[in-house]
Amino acid sequence: MAESIQDIQEEIVDEFGMFDDWMPKYDYLIELGKELPLIDEQYKTEDRLIKGCQSRVWLHAELNDGKVVFTADSDAIITKGIISLLVRVLSNQEPEAIVNADMAFIDEIDLKEHLSPTRANGLVSMIKQMKYYALAFQAKKEQ
Amino acid sequence: MISDSKHTVLDIEKIRAEFPILHQEVNKRPLAYFDNAASSQKPQVVIDAISNYYSTINSNIHRGVHHLSQLATDAYEQSREKIRKHLNAEKKHEIIFTKGTTDSINLVANGFRQLLQEGDEIIVSAMEHHSNIVPWQLAAKEKGAIIRVIPMNDNAELIFEEYQKLLNEKTKIVAFNHISNALGTINPVKEMIAEAHKYNVPVMVDGAQAIPHTLVDVQDLDADFYCFSSHKVYGPTGIGILYGKEEWLEKLPPYQGGGEMIKEVSFEGTTYAELPHKFEAGTPHIEGGIVLGTAIDYINTIGVENIAAHEHALMEYALEKLGTIEGFNLIGSAKNKAAVISFLIDGIHPYDAGTILDKLGIAVRTGHHCAQPTMSRFNIPGTVRASFAVYNTYEEIDRLHEGLLKVKQMFA
Repeated sequence: MAESIQDIQEEIVDEFGMFDDWMPKYDYLIELGKELPLIDEQYKTEDRLIKGCQSRVWLHAELNDGKVVFTADSDAIITKGIISLLVRVLSNQEPEAIVNADMAFIDEIDLKEHLSPTRANGLVSMIKQMKYYALAFQAKKEQ
Repeated sequence: MISDSKHTVLDIEKIRAEFPILHQEVNKRPLAYFDNAASSQKPQVVIDAISNYYSTINSNIHRGVHHLSQLATDAYEQSREKIRKHLNAEKKHEIIFTKGTTDSINLVANGFRQLLQEGDEIIVSAMEHHSNIVPWQLAAKEKGAIIRVIPMNDNAELIFEEYQKLLNEKTKIVAFNHISNALGTINPVKEMIAEAHKYNVPVMVDGAQAIPHTLVDVQDLDADFYCFSSHKVYGPTGIGILYGKEEWLEKLPPYQGGGEMIKEVSFEGTTYAELPHKFEAGTPHIEGGIVLGTAIDYINTIGVENIAAHEHALMEYALEKLGTIEGFNLIGSAKNKAAVISFLIDGIHPYDAGTILDKLGIAVRTGHHCAQPTMSRFNIPGTVRASFAVYNTYEEIDRLHEGLLKVKQMFA
């Protein structure tokens, strides 16, 4: 059985607990950015683009065996690192779990500033968009 | 203060001491504030003036017969006179208090909306802030008028010959900035105005980035409209100025209706108040208007030319220092340039650079600076921008340099 959204969040909080300074934390985020399951180039289209004033984010979702699989990309690496965390938490989960997910871990690992709507980096919209995809898949399933 | 031949060399440590906000740590590092083109910090004298207003003379202006109302009205009108003098406007009633630059432009664009006809043309430049694009688009769209754009060259200088070609008998107004917020380019305002006047076309100048760094004489420039914001010139937010030549302000219809802007009201009709009150509906930002005068006094005490000389020296130093960083690309290398450095470092996104600099206590602006057409012109998503004020130091630029080296190391 796959790990639950809650378990993965706790895992991430543990991992980030090792950093007592911002620099190794951001180095790690940069590394995570490089590991992000990248969106297929054919999906990097205008309608999958989440525009922010600061950085741009592309997001794609597919339903695979009843689970939602997310791929994404961004032009900024720190944004990519955070997306990588969001994808790790929400990808390969059932639509219902994604819709109901509480993304509290972002607060706990002190990256909240990147998810402030005023940062306009596309991440807040991205979480919303991930949930919309899940909701759409859920609705389809119930039909 | 020590004087050289041209300028007084400022005692920056003494000046810094007047700005309480600068003496704090951000992310455990001393704050280095380089986002001055967005908003400058306030000296103690400005902060005190806000508090003094509310502690001593607060009351509504222009209508009370009582003592406090008289004092507040006097202070407000004295401030208007200070600003008239500072801009060398001919008449005091040519100085209109607004909410800021954006509000000033909207006031004028709204007025022209009523004067426009289908097929008329409005000229703006390719390096405008959205505030000096969108109000004109709104006006043009409603009346079927057309927006024409003065292009710029690769150095971020407007192409004068192209501007000359755009002017014709259909042109109703020209609007451009004195100094570009995203690029730092200082535009040849006087020459551009003279060119428009050959066709009897009025010119609106967005001076938001100019007033903190340059002495502006609206009569010498022969500007028809000139505007700026208080908060970029060490004053409070929410207040700004529109200067307009009397003849033009008389021609424009009122912007908003309400108290103060009327002479007589009946249900059959209303006659409007004289200038400047025609454009100042409702209770204004009284404290802001008064304290903007304090801020103008502040820069005049130091000397705008001395401030500009210090900032220019900082910029030269920064360009030299940052220019040594491999992959450093300056965006906007106009010959005539104010103390704004907009740049990219090869392969590094502005958001990434800005985030790390913030961790180092260094405040810069990243993104498109509300000037997306400017970014499109250079085919970039945005830039990192460091803009200087009187309180910035060479040490802070050294820290910016070190910070950028750190950024390069992290994102290599």
